[in-house]
Amino acid sequence: MEVLLFVAAALRISVPYALAAMGAAVSERGGVICIALEGIMLNGALGYVLGAHATGNPWVGLSTAVLAGLATAWLHAEVTVRFRADQITSGLGINLLAAGLTRFVLVRVFHSSSNSPRVVGLPDWDLFGLSRLPAIGPLLGSPLVLLTAACVPLVWWLLFRSVFGLRLRSIGENPEAAASLGLHVPRYRTQGVLICGALASLAGAWLASEQHSFNDGMTGGRGYIALAAMIVGKWNPVGAAAACLLFGTADALQIRLQGSAFPSELLQALPYLVTMLALAGFIGRAVAPKAVGVPFDPDQR
Amino acid sequence: MSASRPRLAAALGWAAPLAAVLAALAAGAVFIAAIGESPLEIYALMFREAFGTGYGLGQTLFKTTPLLFTGLAVALAFRAGLFNIGVESQMYLGGFAAALVGAYAPLPGVLLLPATLLAAAVAGGAWGAIPGSLKARFGAHEVINTIMLNFIAISLVSWIGRGLFETASVRTRDIAAGAWLPRLDTLLPEFRGAPANFSLLLALVLAVLVGVLLFRTRLGYELRAVGMNASAAEAAGISIGRSQVLAMSLSGAIAGLGGVNFVLGYKHYFELEFTGGAGFIGIAVALLGRNHPFGVLLAALFFGGLSHGALVINQRVPRELVNVLQGLVILFAISAQAVAARLARRWA
Repeated sequence: MEVLLFVAAALRISVPYALAAMGAAVSERGGVICIALEGIMLNGALGYVLGAHATGNPWVGLSTAVLAGLATAWLHAEVTVRFRADQITSGLGINLLAAGLTRFVLVRVFHSSSNSPRVVGLPDWDLFGLSRLPAIGPLLGSPLVLLTAACVPLVWWLLFRSVFGLRLRSIGENPEAAASLGLHVPRYRTQGVLICGALASLAGAWLASEQHSFNDGMTGGRGYIALAAMIVGKWNPVGAAAACLLFGTADALQIRLQGSAFPSELLQALPYLVTMLALAGFIGRAVAPKAVGVPFDPDQR
Repeated sequence: MSASRPRLAAALGWAAPLAAVLAALAAGAVFIAAIGESPLEIYALMFREAFGTGYGLGQTLFKTTPLLFTGLAVALAFRAGLFNIGVESQMYLGGFAAALVGAYAPLPGVLLLPATLLAAAVAGGAWGAIPGSLKARFGAHEVINTIMLNFIAISLVSWIGRGLFETASVRTRDIAAGAWLPRLDTLLPEFRGAPANFSLLLALVLAVLVGVLLFRTRLGYELRAVGMNASAAEAAGISIGRSQVLAMSLSGAIAGLGGVNFVLGYKHYFELEFTGGAGFIGIAVALLGRNHPFGVLLAALFFGGLSHGALVINQRVPRELVNVLQGLVILFAISAQAVAARLARRWA
């Protein structure tokens, strides 16, 4: 029982990481760096609360969350794909913008600089009696957990088995060659960023639904952890999800060990240390798509 | 006609950040108008508060100071082709180290202040050297590594701080009075009450030094050569790895020194999260200032004024408007820059 509760806690923490990390894998495989994850998640979380608050319906909240995430991702795509500006800086700009915008809306709409009123969370489903299992039951009844689990093979299939994925990856490796074969590079890149926006906004919606409210800065750097997991997972949604489980387990362990003599700060820093080791090539080489971060300029061939 | 083209391209380069600021203010005006206030009135109010009185200007300069440090740090690394997103934690650790030395080092008065400053620079520089070395040795991307190090620094400080911080607080004990940096109002009474302090002068000196280093020395030439075209620089006999480690260390040292504005000049102790995002705004500062010390100074003043001016409008417009403006300025600036660069290429 004790073990199962711990597993449930670790899984629960991994859910938003995994959603955002899979999104980042899609965006980056197409050649667009997505440091904007944090901002997309934050706007998604606020979107959920605004929709759920206005209608009392969590499914409306989920839809407004996705809309908010798509709008944020679209902005990132406009700046990086249409204007071909630096992708890293755009991501940082979007994260700053989202931090300010969500606080602005919080003050204007809910008259508080820290949190929104309580809103309804997503309901549980009871598929095949799974949700009645001990300890991990409630988790398996959550629609977003099921969706996350379904997304791992789905996003993998999309990237590595579908025509869209093949084209997207070829654009991420060599956009000039892809363009010479007649592919519309900006369109594919924009679609990749939008898919990332939808997935990362679900991560934000999950956080808001779990907490039943929006709190200022509630993503707390989770977007950056997701980005790190995507790197450790080698730009592969399955690897990314596995890294998210590892990071989630470290988090759960750290919460368990708080207040004990064990330095929980070490566990806190673990995901970041692992990522640095992976980047330096100590845990298998993590190689980014060749053209990631490079704006595609059709005039410069 | 053809002779004026380079000049036209240069003018375009400076016009881009200006256009970005105007566009961001225009977008901000939409927000202000949307909640039923007059954008012009609000902006005028902010401007008067930020630059209109001695006290207001002193507050603005206080908020400008850390941005000047972080902006210079980002700009220096940028010139060497490196994107230092780690200035936030380099400043954080710089302030932490300064506070530890200032509070605990049993040094005589004369040596204490230089020792705290040195500690700040060394801590920030060492934290910058890590991603610099990883880049030089393994080709590991400095952007991801500096982001990771930002988070690791937070854990590191809270770990060291476990037995150190004053009970039931998140700060170190006070530093010795010998390591305090005096306020500017001891020199200029007009600033009375404002926390602007001698860190600003230190930042201005650094701005000049960075300018001299980049544009008047052989080393600066090498750094810029690596930044512009690494393989050409290597062919010319410049060591890329050495330049990268050096640029990141210097950048980190400048950011680390920026921590003294708060620690030595204002509160006289280190407090968790004292940087408050100055490292990230520093990226916007370097961007708007086109990685030139003088441009960085102007941009830091702009963002400093914005953040102090925000305090007076809060009754009418949420001061978070300023955070929105910061984000918008970045997005507009890089878009305008990309467009300007394309136009310049087309005309060349």
